[in-house]
Amino acid sequence: MSSISQTDWSETLKFWPRHNEALYKRLETKHSWLETSGDGAPADPLEHEMVLNIGPQHPATHGVLRCVVKLDGETIERSVLDIGYLHRGIEKIAENKTYQEFMPYTDRMDYLQPYANNVAWCLAVEKLAAIEVPERAQWIRMMMSELARISAHLIWMGVGLMDAGAVSVFLWTFQYREDIYAIFDEVAGARLTVSHSRIGGVATDVNETGIGLIKDFTDRFPEAVESWEKLLNRNRIWIDRNVGIGQMSADDVVRMGLTGPNLRGSGVAHDIRRFEPYLKYDEVDFIIPIRTEGDALARYFVRLEEMKESVKIIRQCLEKLKTVKGPVRTDDAKRAYPNKDEVYYSMEGLIHDFMYTDTGVAPPKGAATYHAIEAAKGELGFYLQSDGTGYPWRARMNSPSFTNLQGLEHLLEGAHMGDMVILIGTVDPVLGEADK
Amino acid sequence: MNLAWYWTALIAFLIVNFLLVSASVLVYAERKVSGYMQNRPGPNRVGPFGFLQPFADVLKLVMKENIVPAMANPFVHSLAPMMMVVIAMTAGALIPFAHNVVIADMDVSVLVLLALTSISVYGVTLAGWSSNSKYSLLGGLRSSAQMISYELSMGLAVLSVVLIAGSLSLTDIVVDQSGGWGILGWNVFRNPLGCILFIVTAFAETNRAPFDLPEAEQELVGGYHTEYSGMKFGMFFLAEYVNFFIASFVIVTLFFGGYMLPFESLIIAQFPGLEGSLTLMALQIGTVILKAGFFAYVFIWVRWTLPRFKYQQLMTLGWKYLLPIALVNALLVAVGLIIFS
Repeated sequence: MSSISQTDWSETLKFWPRHNEALYKRLETKHSWLETSGDGAPADPLEHEMVLNIGPQHPATHGVLRCVVKLDGETIERSVLDIGYLHRGIEKIAENKTYQEFMPYTDRMDYLQPYANNVAWCLAVEKLAAIEVPERAQWIRMMMSELARISAHLIWMGVGLMDAGAVSVFLWTFQYREDIYAIFDEVAGARLTVSHSRIGGVATDVNETGIGLIKDFTDRFPEAVESWEKLLNRNRIWIDRNVGIGQMSADDVVRMGLTGPNLRGSGVAHDIRRFEPYLKYDEVDFIIPIRTEGDALARYFVRLEEMKESVKIIRQCLEKLKTVKGPVRTDDAKRAYPNKDEVYYSMEGLIHDFMYTDTGVAPPKGAATYHAIEAAKGELGFYLQSDGTGYPWRARMNSPSFTNLQGLEHLLEGAHMGDMVILIGTVDPVLGEADK
Repeated sequence: MNLAWYWTALIAFLIVNFLLVSASVLVYAERKVSGYMQNRPGPNRVGPFGFLQPFADVLKLVMKENIVPAMANPFVHSLAPMMMVVIAMTAGALIPFAHNVVIADMDVSVLVLLALTSISVYGVTLAGWSSNSKYSLLGGLRSSAQMISYELSMGLAVLSVVLIAGSLSLTDIVVDQSGGWGILGWNVFRNPLGCILFIVTAFAETNRAPFDLPEAEQELVGGYHTEYSGMKFGMFFLAEYVNFFIASFVIVTLFFGGYMLPFESLIIAQFPGLEGSLTLMALQIGTVILKAGFFAYVFIWVRWTLPRFKYQQLMTLGWKYLLPIALVNALLVAVGLIIFS
């Protein structure tokens, strides 16, 4: 409001250059703070220390993470992380989109497992607006989210091994990720940014081809994991590079607020799928892999086991989908998109489709909710506040990569340069999600 | 032994060209083998089965701009890749490819070989230092530490072979392995520990995976050759491939009977006409290339299977395990020689 009645523009025009300058200065300080230890005097008169800027274009930083590290020989003495190179203001964007319109944006958050993000967003909105989701849609969502978890863990594994120098593993894991792409392509119509979930259900039902592809995948995948285990679990170099690296006690991880496999690798048995079940996780049988060592190797084993557990869940979902039939979207035109048949062949359907696209679901005024799911990287939560319109008044994201990165600085200090890539790999951040 | 100079010149010409061509073949082999290991076809667009891919790569490198960083020392920056290639090629002069087919048949060729591997560390270190980049410097430092650590074990492994042969000449070492039945005279059977030690250290000395810490693509973004472009980078590339091919030749020469055919004495007893003939020479050249090709394949195989060592692991392996084993091995070989002779 104030900007419209403003008459003196000189202050506003001066603001941007100053703002830019301040930004650059803040980027610089991290570097110079490390070089001078804060008070401006060189901290290292003998100059056997070196400040090394790693990233944001470094190949091992999994995107655009920037770490400034102070090295003494090969040992990292201090490290400062700098994130924000992929900041898109996604939370602000959410305030200007209807609930359904915003869903494709969540694909671009953790781009390694878009399906789970879609589901997380839709679940939060459904909780806010109290929308019932048909059972079949829930099973489909669960199955596809577990596939997304496998695909995310496949990337973690391939890239982690590639960072350690074993390039071949990356291509082996990517082969299976490719199979998952094919499944998504068949089921959702897109390979990477699936946008398949809808508020109140999913866009389309899974057809026979899709079921066949998924079944085929669950048959072949465990063998592949076994073959990788054969190569890696007794590999002296790989084990030695991981054991005792990035040690975090259970207290540490809880204090730093890490989530997901990083938490479970340190012996904290917390998994939202088990302790606050959403979808149908209380009806399937799976275990939560835990390791108590708290080092990079423990996290490696936890993720490896998680992939196997996901396969188990997917198998149970496939079984359930045989019997659970019915619609895949709630039949309430004020709360979910109507069927396409209805839209094309009835006036009411068309109007509802129109209205839903224009205004969408409008939760009651003042309603607020937080809903979290266990994504591949940890607790992915959305906090939503409604003002009674079709647009969220506030949307906040609790992204696991962001919280997990809080631990990385701590891990890097005292580690060696060669461990750095292993540590970044073991924390497994996706910067699209961390920067939001 | 005393060949006319023009013969030596001809052999030298042939061998240098052989090494240059073999480097491109190895690049192709590496990419093809890695492709098959990773369930993908590998290069298959340029020429039949992608065989011209290395030449296309070279063409690309030649056409590229030669960039010297502003803060680099231009002279040393240019010197380093040249050193690498020259040293790699020089080592080829010492390898006996067949009986009497060797450029420099010196009495101390083993020593010269060790000296050359020691000098090649300068190429990497100078490249790392002169680029004036932090990543390159770290790569160069790692390389010098690694090479010094592994040179001792390598020298001791070679020493055990020299003890057995009683000579520092590579030709004599090969001839020495002709005893025994069939292939049992090869040093790999007489000195198995030394053989394993030498192969491991050869991986480290050539900076090949899993000992490729100086390059460490993922941590150091290429390490000592981060700041190189165009043909200067191509020279590092060439040197790497020539180096590990030469290393394969040295492994073969020291431990796997060199240019000798398997069961050579038996074959010659069967066909006495072969003795000293050109056919035998051709067969020997073929044999040594095949044997070296096998070890080159092992180099490639290991690179695409194993993760990279960590710096401390590397040092631990070198100083705590390989060096004591190499010392004990040299001692055992010496004692064995006294007892059995």
